[in-house]
Amino acid sequence: MVTGLIGRKVGMTQLFTADGTVFPATVLKAGPCVVAQVKTVDGDGYEAVQLGLVEAKPTKENKASTGHFKKAGVPPTRVRREVRVRAGGDSPKAGDQVNVSLFADGERVDVIGTSRGKGFQGVVKRHHFAGGRMSHGSMFHRAPGSIGASSFPSRVVKGMRMGGHMGDTRITTRNLKVLRVDAENNLLLVEGSVPGGPNSIVVIRKAIAAKPIRVAQVETKKKGKK
Amino acid sequence: MSAIVDLVERGQLTEKPDMKSGDTVRVHVKIREGDKERVQIFEGIVIGMHRGGARASFTVRKVSFGQGVERIFPLHSPTIAKVDVVRSSRVRRAKLYFLRGLKGKAARMKETKRA
Repeated sequence: MVTGLIGRKVGMTQLFTADGTVFPATVLKAGPCVVAQVKTVDGDGYEAVQLGLVEAKPTKENKASTGHFKKAGVPPTRVRREVRVRAGGDSPKAGDQVNVSLFADGERVDVIGTSRGKGFQGVVKRHHFAGGRMSHGSMFHRAPGSIGASSFPSRVVKGMRMGGHMGDTRITTRNLKVLRVDAENNLLLVEGSVPGGPNSIVVIRKAIAAKPIRVAQVETKKKGKK
Repeated sequence: MSAIVDLVERGQLTEKPDMKSGDTVRVHVKIREGDKERVQIFEGIVIGMHRGGARASFTVRKVSFGQGVERIFPLHSPTIAKVDVVRSSRVRRAKLYFLRGLKGKAARMKETKRA
């Protein structure tokens, strides 16, 4: 069974339940995907499939990848990602179609994407340093402070938190609840936010460490005296 | 917003009367108490409409026992049974936050006839 899907982030909105509770929701346009390659334990050492995101605009491929897609018997796709295959269900074959009906309402998923790039940022924004006072004669505002001792060790230890490039990294948001699956429009609504900006590419997979789904506790009246 | 988000939000939109800042409205709010449901009415002046598809909301202000009370309602929330527009008045700005500083006679507004 294929455990994931490629999609694009559309944007955020909110969903009401019948009792007026509002859930923040991210809309993802997920799939449809085609299986471009099947990786097996014998050939590759692990079980996975390479999925291609089917998009309206066909891509121009070089000779090497044209051959790769020809082998699978699928049209070339611009975006390709690999997802693991879980035991159970029918084993995937090259050329298979995968879509959002893979997921069900209320299920937990992980969403993997590339976070928005923030450029070169200081330690206050990048590492949540507290910084100093802005006023009252303070001359220490947003500087990092001491980065180590002097003659010993005479160097800065590795991994010291400093300013630098922030964002534009691969981020996994785990255990997001699926609020709605719209197979007709290939849409998936998950609770909360996902990394990246609108139109960025994300991989949605079944949660690898799924939290149990909380069921609202019904209050029962206690017997006895008040 | 994108067309896809509109598509998702379309199913949640509810029919609400055409109201604007300066209108006096009666908002019928459903309240659940245990397994019983009743309707509470909040009457006051709309001091701001906040647009945005299914995320739209509006702020209603009233003076209750001399104490100003403001409540922000999601426009398309299923807890709002209905909204009645009682009175409209002529206002010259979209957000009537200046009403917070006024009281009594100063906070009156001239009524306009609704079309």
